[in-house]
Amino acid sequence: MTSVSLKDVSKSYGSVEVLRNINLDIEKGELVVFVGPSGCGKSTLLRMIAGLETITGGDLQIDGERMNETPPAQRGIAMVFQTYALYPHMSVRDNMAFGMKIAKKPKSEIDAAVDNAARILQLEPYLDRLPKALSGGQRQRVAIGRAIVRDPKVFLFDEPLSNLDAALRVATRIEIAQLKESMPESTMIYVTHDQVEAMTLASRIVVLHGGNIEQVGAPLDLYERPANTFVAQFIGSPAMNMVAAQVTETGASTTVQIRKGAAATVQVPSKPGDQSSLVQLGVRPEDLVLTEGSDFLLEGTVAIVEALGETTVLYFEGKDGEVGLIAKLPGIQSIGKGTKVRLTAAPDKLHLFDAEDVSFHYR
Amino acid sequence: MEQLLLALVSMAAGVGACVLYFWGTNKILDGIFPARGENAGRNILRANSIRPWLFLGPAIALLTLYLIYPVINSVILSFYGPSGKSYVGTANYSWLISDAGFRESLRNNLLWLFVVPAASTFFGLIAAALTDRISWGNIAKSLIFMPMAISFVGASVIWKFVYDIRGENIEQIGLLNAIVVALGGEPQAWITLPFWNNFFLMVILIWIQTGFAMVILSAALRGIPEETVEAAVLDGANPLQIFMKIKVPQIWGTIAVVWTTITILVLKVFDIVLAMTNGQWGSQVLANYMFDWMFRGLDFGRSATIAIVIMVMVIPIMIWNIREARKDV
Repeated sequence: MTSVSLKDVSKSYGSVEVLRNINLDIEKGELVVFVGPSGCGKSTLLRMIAGLETITGGDLQIDGERMNETPPAQRGIAMVFQTYALYPHMSVRDNMAFGMKIAKKPKSEIDAAVDNAARILQLEPYLDRLPKALSGGQRQRVAIGRAIVRDPKVFLFDEPLSNLDAALRVATRIEIAQLKESMPESTMIYVTHDQVEAMTLASRIVVLHGGNIEQVGAPLDLYERPANTFVAQFIGSPAMNMVAAQVTETGASTTVQIRKGAAATVQVPSKPGDQSSLVQLGVRPEDLVLTEGSDFLLEGTVAIVEALGETTVLYFEGKDGEVGLIAKLPGIQSIGKGTKVRLTAAPDKLHLFDAEDVSFHYR
Repeated sequence: MEQLLLALVSMAAGVGACVLYFWGTNKILDGIFPARGENAGRNILRANSIRPWLFLGPAIALLTLYLIYPVINSVILSFYGPSGKSYVGTANYSWLISDAGFRESLRNNLLWLFVVPAASTFFGLIAAALTDRISWGNIAKSLIFMPMAISFVGASVIWKFVYDIRGENIEQIGLLNAIVVALGGEPQAWITLPFWNNFFLMVILIWIQTGFAMVILSAALRGIPEETVEAAVLDGANPLQIFMKIKVPQIWGTIAVVWTTITILVLKVFDIVLAMTNGQWGSQVLANYMFDWMFRGLDFGRSATIAIVIMVMVIPIMIWNIREARKDV
């Protein structure tokens, strides 16, 4: 069943268009993550669903009902803000109860809802404290508790972990994942610029860029079959390597000639019309392996070595002002700066993008 | 022209002397404790412990001369007779307790105390909240703030015209009487109506102080995190509920500071009463009563006693105000 549906939704401030024709259906019980670089419109889109920003074009439906002009409180949504947005003058209990008090719900009902949320989030010892007497992680839990008390159809999270330190961010991320598991019926929309959060939490990821949806899909789909060079380079860290190449053989698998390099066969079908067209060959740093033989894909001189223990990241010198390659090798490698090494990758780990930056998979 | 030149020269000389003092003493200090050589570290520490006193010295000296000394002298004077020469013990204080004029002043001062800070803060808060929401808010703000620039005596003159009364059969030029007559009522001598005239005088101070309250509270309202307001919108609160339950509680500290600042001002209210009624018709206040005994009654002792009463009333509010203002930061 569709929970949230966006049809041709767009947003413009005067003549500046920040979101264009967004089409998206979110199923009940899904956790959808909007991810993208700053300024891509992901927070604006979330705020439009919340009703904090007006929708200047298209339709927003929640549970099949058009909600474009419905006041935020009646949309059946609850939002968790990046800055927590707790009411600083109210105790934790009052913060969570505020919405129900405004709705004039009976006291017994309010108490039951607050106690339930406090139990789920282990906030019981802090109910009578003011937000300033809580740590950042606890404050964010209160903000989530306030959302749970509202018993919404859709939870909206606006970069909820950005204000937490690194260790707490990981812990809270896992808590949110557990929370989602304990509430399989609730739909959640989660905005972040952090791809680790997106990969770990999402049932589906929506990649936004420049006011458009670039790709929608399950996390590993986006990783394994990115629709275009933007998604390919946005998902995964370090970003996917891109090298210019030319198609030499079409068919069920495609052979390309890397400019000033070797030939490579990619397990991606191509049409006869692609013959000798200029393409970009993509390969993830972690898919590159060292090779001694003559059957190599790429060759380069190591410029910087980052030994992280679990992995070793090699940064290669760029040729002719091009961006240098990056390779991420498992474990500890004894490769020094200035070494010339040869790299290769399995044919099924290679990606091909046409001149319009679109993946061969999605044409 | 000559006076103007003299004023400019003395201003330049004054500023020059200040600059010379700060620069000169700093130079000398650095000369005594140079920040180099083998004792550089120790010298820097020593110089830094002395420097604040050098820079604060002139201010402390002036404050002592013009604030602390008068306070001590007032306390002493309050135990002396009219000329300040004969010791009379607590006679001035026992006179004060039984004096009808003092009781009237005290009562009026308390009235002022309850009405003016409350009304100014209230109107200031309303003005701040409303002007933030409209396109011509800045113009409205300027207009509301403008009375702050007028002296109390100037404001009194303006309001004297508002409350003015002319004889029968003459056209009423006072705004208030003009309205009353236009509505078919009888013109009144507003500022001579016992008890009520106090409120007509208070209106003047409220008119002046609302602008002050508005400016401070407007800044405080803008400092409220927008997300808390948005969260309240999502929680279903209407604009009035957001204002009363989310915004006002968050700026409560600032409201209290504005309130007490105006309270302190009200305790010292003098010019308006002097200019409007000079304490006649039951509108006397403490500061004007003190002034009366000082320059008309020529009784330094009683005057100083009233001054002490005002000071004792102001001090606790002052302490609370400073504490609250510090807490806000």
